[in-house]
Amino acid sequence: MLMKLATDFMGWIDKRLPVTDAWNKHLAQYPAPKNFNFWYFFGSLAMLVLVNQIVTGIWLTMNYEPSGDGAFASVEYIMRDVDFGWLLRYMHSTGASAFFVVVYMHMMRGLMYGSYQKPRELLWIFGMLIFLVLMAEAFMGYLLPWGNMSYWGAQVIISLFGAVPIIGDDLTLWIRGDYVISGATLNRFFALHVIAMPLVLVVLVFLHILALHEVGSNNPEGIDIKKPKGSVKPEELSKFTFHKQYSEKYDIVDAVPFHPYYSVKDIMGVAGFLFLFCWVMFFAPEGGGYFMEAPNFTPANGLKTPEHIAPVWYFGPFYTILRVVPDKLLGAVAMFGAIVMLFALPWFDRGIVKSVRYRSKLHLVNLIQFAICFVVLGALGTMPATPTANLIGVIASFGYFGFFIALWFYSKNENTKPVPERIAD
Amino acid sequence: MKKLIIAATFGILFSVTTLLSFTAVASGPSIHLDKANNDLSDKESLKKGFKTYLNYCLGCHQLQYQRYNRTFDDLGIDKADGIANYMPTGDKVGGHILNTMPENEAAKWFGSAPPDLTLEARLRSPDWIYTYLRSFYIDESRPFDVNNTVFKDVGMPHVLQNLQGVSTLVVHKELDEHGEEHEVSSLSPAMGGSLTAEEYDVVVRDLTNFLEYVGEPNKLERKAIGYWVLAFLFFFFIISYFLKKEYWKDVH
Amino acid sequence: MSNVPVNNGRRRFLTAATAVVGGAGVVGAAVPFIASWNPSARAKAAGAPVEVNIGKLQPGQLIRAEWRGKPVYVVRRTEQTVNNLAKHDDQLRDPNSEKAQQPVYATNAYRSIKPEFLVALGVCTHLGCAPTHHGGDFDQFVEGVPNGFFCPCHGSKFDMAGRVFQGVPAPLNLVVPEHSFINDDTLLIGVSSDAIKGDA
Repeated sequence: MLMKLATDFMGWIDKRLPVTDAWNKHLAQYPAPKNFNFWYFFGSLAMLVLVNQIVTGIWLTMNYEPSGDGAFASVEYIMRDVDFGWLLRYMHSTGASAFFVVVYMHMMRGLMYGSYQKPRELLWIFGMLIFLVLMAEAFMGYLLPWGNMSYWGAQVIISLFGAVPIIGDDLTLWIRGDYVISGATLNRFFALHVIAMPLVLVVLVFLHILALHEVGSNNPEGIDIKKPKGSVKPEELSKFTFHKQYSEKYDIVDAVPFHPYYSVKDIMGVAGFLFLFCWVMFFAPEGGGYFMEAPNFTPANGLKTPEHIAPVWYFGPFYTILRVVPDKLLGAVAMFGAIVMLFALPWFDRGIVKSVRYRSKLHLVNLIQFAICFVVLGALGTMPATPTANLIGVIASFGYFGFFIALWFYSKNENTKPVPERIAD
Repeated sequence: MKKLIIAATFGILFSVTTLLSFTAVASGPSIHLDKANNDLSDKESLKKGFKTYLNYCLGCHQLQYQRYNRTFDDLGIDKADGIANYMPTGDKVGGHILNTMPENEAAKWFGSAPPDLTLEARLRSPDWIYTYLRSFYIDESRPFDVNNTVFKDVGMPHVLQNLQGVSTLVVHKELDEHGEEHEVSSLSPAMGGSLTAEEYDVVVRDLTNFLEYVGEPNKLERKAIGYWVLAFLFFFFIISYFLKKEYWKDVH
Repeated sequence: MSNVPVNNGRRRFLTAATAVVGGAGVVGAAVPFIASWNPSARAKAAGAPVEVNIGKLQPGQLIRAEWRGKPVYVVRRTEQTVNNLAKHDDQLRDPNSEKAQQPVYATNAYRSIKPEFLVALGVCTHLGCAPTHHGGDFDQFVEGVPNGFFCPCHGSKFDMAGRVFQGVPAPLNLVVPEHSFINDDTLLIGVSSDAIKGDA
């Protein structure tokens, strides 16, 4: 009786909105390659962290006061006077760092298995746009506690826009809305941080997933699971049913429906991730001074620069690239160039073989040196600029840009291994 | 097997470089700090620290985000006892721990206004506070006749001087491991205070303990909840692992 | 779920177990979000009991105090007013204060600790307007009752113990808040004398 009622109700809905069809298309009958490994957890984890940031963010705005006079005190109000306010804030602050950990791993996965290559260029571009908006979101959010590091961090980054020829000074003035960073700056950053950026982020994530499901998921082998219609013997076809949108056009092999196989696997991933996340959040929410910097425990003071201004760790790589160039404009260009290179990656790589597993030794070495340079740049970004640090920074910057340049040259005629037709068990 | 090797190489390289880089940050040149070794769960120590704070610090340094009643509850101080013995200014029991020093005047007296200390332990670290309060020495060139080895040219008098007494700065030459000569300064034992060096260290440790508590009053609660959450998540991970394994039997 | 070839007992059990434990986790995670809507320490400090000096209050006089943002009427009733209270019981909705609109220690004929002092929220139980005190001219609203409260919004009427008359929109007597006397001159609104002792 109850079952029939539920079925009737879903029938009524489905005639008006294709809920069941969407469920099947994107989850229960979405063909996902059966060989996803550890690196494939980070997409769903990024989604989890996004939800965490949005929900805790909404709750923080309930007690946060976006004004130069009240911001710092209102954060302490949340930390002390609001029941569990401290937990909500730590969820948000730890979540910010976790977001970048997860996103960097997710991007690394794309690099390793060639997930940016044709036909997934647009998917990659959407991902990069998400990354860009995320950086803007994090930067603006970091000003909101109105601590002294918030203040001076924002001061340094906004000054970057002063490097723009001719209009630079007017531009920074316009961004700040004042002659120094002030309540006016704080209020506009607050508005962008809590409404504009999250809105854009959610739309981009939606498009990212839509684009993914259009072209289908890549996998660690880089082998396409969609074969031309009629090319696969019936007994070798997958035993699962896939949505007709996929199975009408292609013969699908070596795939499982996303739900329940990857939903249960991702739940396991979520449990593991949350364990590590909560470990940090409950026992080291300051992240050793990297997630919450010590100078931020004193209110913003425009007359007193912290001894050592360091960006939050996740901006480290790009900050170092900026710093090692001994020219303000060129430094800013190099920093933005580092991000532009990532955007253009699908066109730097002229190879056909996707996964590092079947590409040349040279590519493997190039990839490893890129990852190392990225980590080194990140670490340097949080350190004082000494001559040694600067020298290492220059070398690592060359490694960073060198990755793309070298890739462009060797990928055209790369000595790759033969890629199997099918994903082995 | 091969993918395992690649994954392992990546993992190891990542962690090694990250570790190396971050240790490099931590090992920058800095002032040596003594370990405070304070214990946040020691309520007697916190109460004594609170008392010391009220007697010696509150005159100049407020705790503008910390409330009296919260402090009483957390430190196990009975409300009536708290009102009678821990509220020198006669404020409301639900109010913040404030003083009546006018900020502008204070800035004139000390060069800059004495900072609020609610978050001092998070800004500087408990070890810093512990070392700082034990590092005053005589320096007649300073307005209050004292200087500090941890906080050079500090604008604050040595308010605990009648307890600790006074030290002087002794500079001597020392050879380092490369055989080069360096000037090393150290403090002479303090003389003329009402407490022995050990007793004074305890007073400062209790005060440090109190300031660490005030910096984050939820710290113990946070960790207590944390253990439960981790235990729960571990359990959840185990179940979800078996669930995943069960479903994936279909595939492998 | 039809897309799964096997559906054995072990699988059903593990699915249910994960769902239950995961559900418990979600409920647990919801706790801080829900709890954070409780009054904060600041709100509690602002809503702490307030002291009212009643030493100079003349018989028949009313003073207004503010407690948790609401007006509290404190009236020093004359002996005659107290004696008159029993005379119009038949015109009241709840003459014996059976509805829990007052603390236990004020559940008596004059709805107060000391017969002389009425302490009641000046908030009409109909829609929350503030009733006006009519000392001496209340008989224009209820014949034979010289003193009382009249709510100008919708005409609800209350006597000098805050008890509501019949035939008006207000359903209940005025609320008597927790209160106690620190000494003869000082009234403490917001906490009972038991609670003070319990605290100390």
